[in-house]
Amino acid sequence: MKARVTVTLKTGVLDPQGKAIEGALGGLGFSGVLGARQGKIIDLDLAETDRAKAEADIRAMCEKLLANTVIENYSVEIKG
Amino acid sequence: MLRSAVIVFPGSNRDRDMVAALTKITGTAPAVVWHQDTDLPDVDLVVLPGGFSYGDYLRSGAIAARSPVMTAVREKAAQGVKVLGVCNGFQILTEAGLLPGALMRNAGLKFVCREVKLKVANAGTAFTGAYMQGQILRCPVAHHDGNYFADAETLARIEGEGQVAFRYAEGTNPNGSLNDIAGIVNAAGNVLGMMPHPENLIEALHGGTDGRGIFESLAA
Repeated sequence: MKARVTVTLKTGVLDPQGKAIEGALGGLGFSGVLGARQGKIIDLDLAETDRAKAEADIRAMCEKLLANTVIENYSVEIKG
Repeated sequence: MLRSAVIVFPGSNRDRDMVAALTKITGTAPAVVWHQDTDLPDVDLVVLPGGFSYGDYLRSGAIAARSPVMTAVREKAAQGVKVLGVCNGFQILTEAGLLPGALMRNAGLKFVCREVKLKVANAGTAFTGAYMQGQILRCPVAHHDGNYFADAETLARIEGEGQVAFRYAEGTNPNGSLNDIAGIVNAAGNVLGMMPHPENLIEALHGGTDGRGIFESLAA
């Protein structure tokens, strides 16, 4: 089963890399960019075939390692 | 006699500096422990040195914080054994949940390698007793992810409990850390994490000895 984990910084956490991207886009003439936040995508390939169990496993992985929940949120998308 | 251990992760690079500092100041060479080991010797101090464990993959310190040896470090910390994390070691301690908050990319996005001034914000900890409250120290920093962040509630708690041990002084905050925080202790006071490198300012050849106080405090 394939799944995608998306990790993003929580609202209110300063994202210097997002700010730099926002500035660079402005420098290229994209004047309508009101904000940019950078995150991560982690694609997983799992042996588990049960969708609910896979999602539960991935959430445990996010809590234990993939995301730092002090500063980051995560979302899980099961791709089947 | 202070018995200590220095943990080495793949990508640690200040471990030898730390071993030299501990040996010179405490008079006893620390045990050097590989991160895959599951046991720690009977020691008074465990040190997580600086470097770039696992190439800073995922997040700085994230993978090292889940190394086998960290279970033993956690047990030692719970028993009241002193734990010191410098630079990457501080990042590992926050990732391991042994210290509150997180260390994020420097606000200026640049790797910062220079000397800063540190203010001793709490001279009452086991790590800072050799300093005076409010004393200004010189200390080198060398990091890319030293921007201390904690949510408002956590920040208020650690400030209220005197858990901030060091702050960047006199406008020398190199990374955007909240409240100029350079080093914090845990609630019990036996775990210190700091971004600056006291082990690199311990003898005349380093250009100063302001970093010795941390090791002298521990050895006292």
